[in-house]
Amino acid sequence: MFVQGNHACVLGALRAGCRFFAGYPITPSSEIMEILASELPKIGGKFIQMEDEIAAMGAVIGASLTGLKAMTATSGPGFSLKQENIGYAAMAEIPCVVVNVQRGGPSTGLPTQSSQADVQQARWGTHGDHEIIVLAPSTIPEIYTTTIWAFNYAERFRTPVILLLDEIIGHMREMLKIPPDDEIELWDRPRPECEPGDYRPYQMVDTDIPPMADFGSGYRYHVTGLCHDETGFPTNDPQIIDRVMRRLTRKISRYRDQIYRSRESNLEGSEIVLFSYGSTARAAKQAMDLLRREKLNVGLFRPVTIWPFPEEQVRKIARASRHIIVCEANMGQIVREVERISCSQTNVHLVNSMNGEPVTPSQIMEQVKEVY
Amino acid sequence: MRYEIRLSGSGGQGMILAGVILAEAAAIYDEKNATQSQSYGPEARGGASKSDVIISDEDIDYPKATNIDLLLALTQEACDKYICDLRKKAILIADSFRVLKMPEGDFRVFHLPILKTADEVVGKAIVANIVALGAIVEITGIVSREAIESAVMARVPRGTEDLNRKALTAGINIVRQYMKDAPGDSPLAS
Repeated sequence: MFVQGNHACVLGALRAGCRFFAGYPITPSSEIMEILASELPKIGGKFIQMEDEIAAMGAVIGASLTGLKAMTATSGPGFSLKQENIGYAAMAEIPCVVVNVQRGGPSTGLPTQSSQADVQQARWGTHGDHEIIVLAPSTIPEIYTTTIWAFNYAERFRTPVILLLDEIIGHMREMLKIPPDDEIELWDRPRPECEPGDYRPYQMVDTDIPPMADFGSGYRYHVTGLCHDETGFPTNDPQIIDRVMRRLTRKISRYRDQIYRSRESNLEGSEIVLFSYGSTARAAKQAMDLLRREKLNVGLFRPVTIWPFPEEQVRKIARASRHIIVCEANMGQIVREVERISCSQTNVHLVNSMNGEPVTPSQIMEQVKEVY
Repeated sequence: MRYEIRLSGSGGQGMILAGVILAEAAAIYDEKNATQSQSYGPEARGGASKSDVIISDEDIDYPKATNIDLLLALTQEACDKYICDLRKKAILIADSFRVLKMPEGDFRVFHLPILKTADEVVGKAIVANIVALGAIVEITGIVSREAIESAVMARVPRGTEDLNRKALTAGINIVRQYMKDAPGDSPLAS
């Protein structure tokens, strides 16, 4: 199939088992909503256009509580509005996928132009300490598979997962070959095996991820954004809060190895490593190929999982390289993380763009030649 | 070989759809690697609009045109804006009624009555983008005749097949007429 990134996202979501979508149309994400509006009813799913972005996020949380795999899609201004409810989903441990097809900001910014300026917001957009999983694919086939992984992670780890696309890969078209069934893994949320009367929804369990009962299945429990104990009712007990907060962080951090996804090219023996993600990684890949044709040793590290940040991998690259060149379409957001992790063990540079136009391969090549 | 095409004009002229059809012709019907991307303003009509199509035998990473092999410009604004991205010896197809100030440089020019042909010969101004596709394929041979026709037919609304087939043929014919009027130049199709 020759499809748009937003379309590939829909196909991935349906393959993952998404059966509920609520949203509010916003450029450049609207095609996701438009296609799901026609596809979901055909397979018994539900689609709702809500009155606004906040309500859409609320509806997704409600649908997920009943046991459905649920998703919404938005862009910058809508992503800002959804933050309160994303925090609620993090606190109440409700699986959901939030797609943000990034455009220029702040505010309504550049509705039809691309950016990657929401990568830190995706990490820290909602208030309070919390872990979150953020994925940023670069190609149309990768949008398909990464959307499936977004659902897998959301379900298994009971957390909101942010799928960060951008206008360029959301709208661009490219060939997509649908992978056969044996190449696709589908994960579900843990569900209780105990009697309804014995069910404690936020029980401390070995896995750190308590089983989640579907609303309406006979298991009754209380859901709140307030700090709560194992029963789900609010508590101010510092000892309990301490335990819960540490578990909420641990349930993501201890599974980092399952969550990290990245692509590496020519890292071995390269003194200069490009670090890029999302659509900008496509410019970095082309720059690397052209530079290597000129016999310059340049490698590329392309994280698909942006958060949790691939700290171990970056530490390794920092030790082995002379320069890391971060390429991103913002004023310099992920470069801070790379600088923090590499601890001055290598030289970190930024090649960026924030005017709605993409970072170009020649911009990157120029920077490489300057430091080579 | 990487071949970069930019289709440009104003919003509503169908440049993005033309890009999608051209890329589908290459990727689906000619089985080459192709990407299509776009850039447009917030207006529903008017404002600058462009669509970049990359066709290649190799994998395509960067989806934007930066060293353009072929530029289609249906407005003066688009022509002025993107002419600097043309590589040497590239092809410029400009509409002869909307682009009056032709740029000078080391490229081959096809100054064609695309909009007028859609309106007066085919009978509907709205098919100007399909007329342009006919002209592009006749000049470059970047996709096959069969591929472009199949791709157009797969995309246009039912009931408009004949109109669009006529538009495609009209695009081919204006190039042939142009070549006749300007001997010495021969189509680049191989």
